[in-house]
Amino acid sequence: MLIGLYNYWVVVVLMMIGFYIVIAHGNLVKKIVGLTIFQTSVFIFYISIAKVEGGTAPILHAGIEVYSNPLPHVLILTAIVVGISTTALGLALTVRIKEAYGSIEESEIQSQDNQIQDAHTQGALSQSTESRESP
Amino acid sequence: MIGLLIDITLLTLLVGVAIAIARMKDLFAVAMLAGIYGLLTASFFVAMDAVDVAFTEAAVGAGISTLLMFVVITMTGRSEDPVRHKPLLALLVVTITGSLLIFGTLDMPYFGAPDAPIHTHVAPRYINDSMQEVGVINLVTAVLASYRAFDTFGEVVVVFTAGIGVLALLSVARRREDDAVIELVNDSMHEQHLILRIVTKMLIPFILLFALYVQFHGDFGPGGGFQAGVIFASAIFLYALLFGLSTARRVINQSIIRLVAAVGILLYGCVGVVSMLNGGSFLDYNVLSSDPIAGQHLGILLIEWGVGCTVASVMVIIFFNFAGRQEDNQKAQNEEDIDANRAL
Repeated sequence: MLIGLYNYWVVVVLMMIGFYIVIAHGNLVKKIVGLTIFQTSVFIFYISIAKVEGGTAPILHAGIEVYSNPLPHVLILTAIVVGISTTALGLALTVRIKEAYGSIEESEIQSQDNQIQDAHTQGALSQSTESRESP
Repeated sequence: MIGLLIDITLLTLLVGVAIAIARMKDLFAVAMLAGIYGLLTASFFVAMDAVDVAFTEAAVGAGISTLLMFVVITMTGRSEDPVRHKPLLALLVVTITGSLLIFGTLDMPYFGAPDAPIHTHVAPRYINDSMQEVGVINLVTAVLASYRAFDTFGEVVVVFTAGIGVLALLSVARRREDDAVIELVNDSMHEQHLILRIVTKMLIPFILLFALYVQFHGDFGPGGGFQAGVIFASAIFLYALLFGLSTARRVINQSIIRLVAAVGILLYGCVGVVSMLNGGSFLDYNVLSSDPIAGQHLGILLIEWGVGCTVASVMVIIFFNFAGRQEDNQKAQNEEDIDANRAL
């Protein structure tokens, strides 16, 4: 029955929602939320494939024969804690960007960067013309 | 059948929440929804028999990350620019990638199939032999702390590095706190959030106790260093939220907590080095004691303790630095306002 693939489809849908937020939204905090959704979809994928029909949590107990696969649980358990640490690092960068640019919208940051760049190139141009004229 | 029904309901709810997150412009609502998303994920993990993972996700996804979002939003503003960056192109890319991935899932073994490739290679060894080899009932702990201890060591180092990164980006030189100000904050909090404060005061010891239980009972039930670390940290967050950052900073010394984060990793590494000195390979606990099983127990206890210390203190470092930055910005803002008023 195709319903047996439902978990994976949901994983793909969640992953794509996260992906869409990352590429289409300009706000950096929103982007990080998008990344979190993307990341969680991978967690759901791993935990889904670990499940065994009729199995139980992988803690040994007398009289129980079927256990779910413990290996993906281990991988995801550590990945969650690593995930929050890296998310915190991303948020810290966002805070510093806000302090430096006064905004966390990508377009705003880009235009400010372009202005600085333009000012630099103009300054360099005028300098080079001056140096050519001076001798 | 009921299991499948719960599975489908939770996953559908997750998709709904994710779509709502994508559509919301108010970042405060987004952070709240992200918290709900984390809680739903944790419930799903319980339904999938992944109790250890559910613990962690409940503390991290629904607690810590939501809180961090809030602190960041107070600094960066809560509304989002409604202009999208080429939304149709993005939608096209996403749809094509999604369709390809869905096409890929058609070859996957069905959900819960016991003969799926993942269940036939290394998993049977963990399930059948770990009792003789490691002697720990909780298989997740056995794999995490013994079979894949080197891998876990790497993960803990990543967590530690992220903590250092946040420290480097956000830490501000701290002036000595004024006692009078702390008293003032405490008094105002006392009037404003009486019920919350009293309930929290009663809850915090139990949360801390539960964290210790999760830490040391990890061999026999769901639990371990990672879960205990985040639960312990969330109790401290709760304290800082309701009693003010200055009070919390007085209770928890920042330089000590940094030291604890480093000592946790050091402890983990030292267990590995000691097992090498005893003639085994890195992180081979069998040689730690005359009896291999006793050695395994000792090694797992020590490295879980190291993991718990590092994770809890890195979480506390992260939160305190975010909140400290926010408080500092607020103070600077207030002073500017006062100056502006004077100038007028």
